[in-house]
Amino acid sequence: MTREIAVVAFAQTDTLRTTEEQSEVEMLMPVLHDVLQQTGLKTADIGFTCSGSSDYLAGRAFSFTMALDGVGAWPPISESHVEMDGAWALYEAWTKLLTGDADTALVYAYGKSSPGSVRDVLTRQLDPYYVAPLWPDSVALAALQAQALIDAGHTDEPELAAVASRSRADALSNSRAQLSGSVPHGDYVVRPLHRGDCAPIGDGAAAVVLAAGERARELCERPAWIRGIDHRIEAHSLGVRDLTDAPSARLAAEKAGAFEHPVDTAELHAPFTSQEVVLRKALRLDDSVRVNPSGGALAANPIMAAGLIRIGEAAARIHRGESDRALAHATSGPCLQQNLVAVLEGDPR
Amino acid sequence: MSKEPVAVVGIGQTKHVAARRDVSIAGLVREAAGRALEDAELTWADIDAVVIGKAPDFFEGVMMPELYLADALGAVGKPMLRVHTAGSVGGSTALVAANLVAARVHGTVLTLAFEKQSESNAMWGLSLPIPFQQPLLAGAGGFFAPHVRAYMRRTGAPDTVGALVAYKDRRNALKNPYAHLHEHDITLEKVQASPMLWDPIRYSETCPSSDGACAMVLTDRRGAARSPRPPAWMHGGAMRSEPTLFAGKDFVSPQAGKDCAADVYRQAGITDPRREIDAVEMYVPFSWYEPMWLENLGFAEEGEGWKLTESGVTELDGDLPVNMSGGVLSTNPIGASGMIRFAEAALQVRGQAGEHQVDGARRALGHAYGGGSQFFSMWLVSAEPPTT
Amino acid sequence: MPDVLKAPLVVEFPFTRSLGPVQSAFLTGLRERVVLGVRTGDGRTLVPPVEYDPVTAEEIRDLVEVAPTGTVTTWAWNHEPRRGQPLDTPFAWVLVKLDGADTALLHALDAPGPDAVHTGMSVRIRWAEERSGAITDIACFEPNDGTTAQPSGHSGEFEDQATGIVAEARLDYVYSPGRAQSGYIGALSERRIVGERCPSCRKVYVPPRGACPTCGVATAEQVEVGPRGTVTTFCIVNIKAKNLDIEVPYVYAHIALDGADLALHGRIGGIPYDQVRMGLRVEPVWTEGGRYPDHYRPTGEPDADYETYKELL
Repeated sequence: MTREIAVVAFAQTDTLRTTEEQSEVEMLMPVLHDVLQQTGLKTADIGFTCSGSSDYLAGRAFSFTMALDGVGAWPPISESHVEMDGAWALYEAWTKLLTGDADTALVYAYGKSSPGSVRDVLTRQLDPYYVAPLWPDSVALAALQAQALIDAGHTDEPELAAVASRSRADALSNSRAQLSGSVPHGDYVVRPLHRGDCAPIGDGAAAVVLAAGERARELCERPAWIRGIDHRIEAHSLGVRDLTDAPSARLAAEKAGAFEHPVDTAELHAPFTSQEVVLRKALRLDDSVRVNPSGGALAANPIMAAGLIRIGEAAARIHRGESDRALAHATSGPCLQQNLVAVLEGDPR
Repeated sequence: MSKEPVAVVGIGQTKHVAARRDVSIAGLVREAAGRALEDAELTWADIDAVVIGKAPDFFEGVMMPELYLADALGAVGKPMLRVHTAGSVGGSTALVAANLVAARVHGTVLTLAFEKQSESNAMWGLSLPIPFQQPLLAGAGGFFAPHVRAYMRRTGAPDTVGALVAYKDRRNALKNPYAHLHEHDITLEKVQASPMLWDPIRYSETCPSSDGACAMVLTDRRGAARSPRPPAWMHGGAMRSEPTLFAGKDFVSPQAGKDCAADVYRQAGITDPRREIDAVEMYVPFSWYEPMWLENLGFAEEGEGWKLTESGVTELDGDLPVNMSGGVLSTNPIGASGMIRFAEAALQVRGQAGEHQVDGARRALGHAYGGGSQFFSMWLVSAEPPTT
Repeated sequence: MPDVLKAPLVVEFPFTRSLGPVQSAFLTGLRERVVLGVRTGDGRTLVPPVEYDPVTAEEIRDLVEVAPTGTVTTWAWNHEPRRGQPLDTPFAWVLVKLDGADTALLHALDAPGPDAVHTGMSVRIRWAEERSGAITDIACFEPNDGTTAQPSGHSGEFEDQATGIVAEARLDYVYSPGRAQSGYIGALSERRIVGERCPSCRKVYVPPRGACPTCGVATAEQVEVGPRGTVTTFCIVNIKAKNLDIEVPYVYAHIALDGADLALHGRIGGIPYDQVRMGLRVEPVWTEGGRYPDHYRPTGEPDADYETYKELL
């Protein structure tokens, strides 16, 4: 019998094109206060803290150490950090709670994309011998994937445009979103992807509180129970992968139990419209599933936090009674190389 | 529900050197991982997940290098986590991996930490020209040396103690085939005569810059039962963090270090670490950190740590051997340095430490720290399985 | 409140990458206009050749030559090339399966326009004029007439094998230190040192970082500190740092400015280095155009008592 663990609170900043008036900790701190306030917990009440961020995004080594200032880590806290999206920080915190060493966890993530050129920064993730020296940017790689999907007959440009407009329309109900409403689809950035097919570049932060068992029920009226969570990685080189599929997402979903019962909602971390097409197929999401009611990454994509926000958004819908069983997904690496899937459920109403 | 006991059944390291020019980054990590699997007599298929750690990505100029390393570490189709907690990362990485086993998420996990410092240089990575900031006025040692002076002032330690640590660790390294520095002609006089770089720290009291990797295979009770060699059992593990700089911060003996050690001892049922622990691998990047950590970790009363060093207690044949492997002073692939401490502690209780084995070591502490003396990770391993 | 500061931050380094045997052979081959793949245990040929089988994780070393011609498996039209990319005129990114290979290589295709590119088209390597043993030895691909070039039957062994590459990497950022530090830096230009007080614990942070790190709340109340202070601890620097023009030896000290609750760092001057001591009272010395005090010098006051600063080391 494993411990039941739930997301009991979620907070996020507005995602903005730039937050240059704030340092990272200045951007992050209000979110930490918000998420703790929702539960009535203080830093000292939290059993474990874990965060996700990237030095390369910040342009500074050890950038996460200054963000810790916002937590108030005194007296000293049990704390860890992943150089990954915050969704993986949540995964680490989930394992910590499973061991019984802690009953509550604070998970946060932040990313400021505005200081650098994200398209170029992300090239530094690629094979340093064969690929990074060519500087293929993130949109170019996603465009190669989109063309592969079009060639395979899985989608076409109008369908991709429809994904974009649906996402931004849904984002009208999300006050935190960066792009919402009627957004022109724009010109090609790298063909076949138009401006509208790409996530906006923005800065933001998010935080989640996890709690185990009865503690979760004390802290939240309707906890979003993590029924399963798993993540998998694929080979790195695009040339050895079938870009029209995401087998690691499917495997993670299977291990997380996503296919055991249908979900009513899915929050997918798809920074490009074409990647939603891939993920819907890999995760077997049919038209009965409400996909990205928040607008998804196409409405707000603060890198390093956007995956955690998917889990937070899915959980928040369960908290509000708008979903009973939701799937949340996060991705990392070029063309969906690494994927995490969480299945969240609310208690029966 | 109690936790699943965690056993170390495989350990692998590279021969640490200033520059491994014959391998790619993948080749470097693969070498350590392959040796850990060999030690455990397991194959890639036996590994359920991979947890990897390293210090800042700027050191190699590869953002999230685990994405590229997935193939080399047999992680394709598996979960892969990447930890970064500054200098303590090697230890934290092992603890994250251990939790996967303790939580019964996975049965067998490969954990690995590395740094290939020769791809750039650490001082570049640490001193990017951030606008408006005052440039670092003193280099790496300049950050540590004032704290050493503070320790000396506080305890009245004679200025000869640092050289003793360096002399001991460099001699220990001669017994460790994987250590970076093998100074066969080392003498105490040479250490004492080496240039004073950041007074009170001499050249021979500083750590080298290394390329290297360290890997461990962690497994559950079932996996340990199949282990071809004696496992090391984890009896306690903890991380503690405090802010980088704050009013009242004690850089000489940070509270986070004390709390972390206390948590590990509580888990392991240790009430008198000096008597109950047989050997320690602690993260000593500059010689004086040995007496400082001896106090911080509860092996000596406050102000008394240097006396243990001075009286030979921490020598390989002493009563409480410290850094039998030669320590960070002899080997420093930054991101891996913490994991090497954890792995060397495990080697001792497995009786697999070769020439630097402490006779009859049953319980050993592995210690790592980083950032502005703010991130701590430790584990205590034993030759015996935990009783609960 | 002064405007928030921002300035360019260039992160640039020539990384020196050593190569494993497979990469070394492949990149040396490119230098010699030979394309090598690597054969997996189950008989697939991977191009570009990797060191470890992505499916089985086995180490693979069996090199085999493939043709410099191949087929586009997918493509994307890049009408605005970016810095560092293979061509500076519009081009297609392509994945190309070379003849004889089972996997595809990422590179650029020089073509007149997107209408001239399609999946399945035949392409060939255009070699760079000057080659050094790097992926950029392939200048790009170009349309081919459909004929398959024959491999030369090369053994994969070369004289003077490449053992490393130098990977220049430059990223441009615009750095902003945020509200609190901008205020601090702004005051420095008036030769004032201004910290911020935590509303909760009342400690004064210099430089302020926007948050009280122990309370986790925003600091806002500005407090001018110093200019005098106490050397709480120090070291004597005897090695010259590359990027600094300071004669050694010099003293690098932690200085608790009067009114501040933690020390900041600075150089001590105006006194022989070997006479600096813990407790020395100092004050900043500003120079024209310097953002920070150039150094701190003794004030001539009696030394501070250890008890008064022992929490501020």
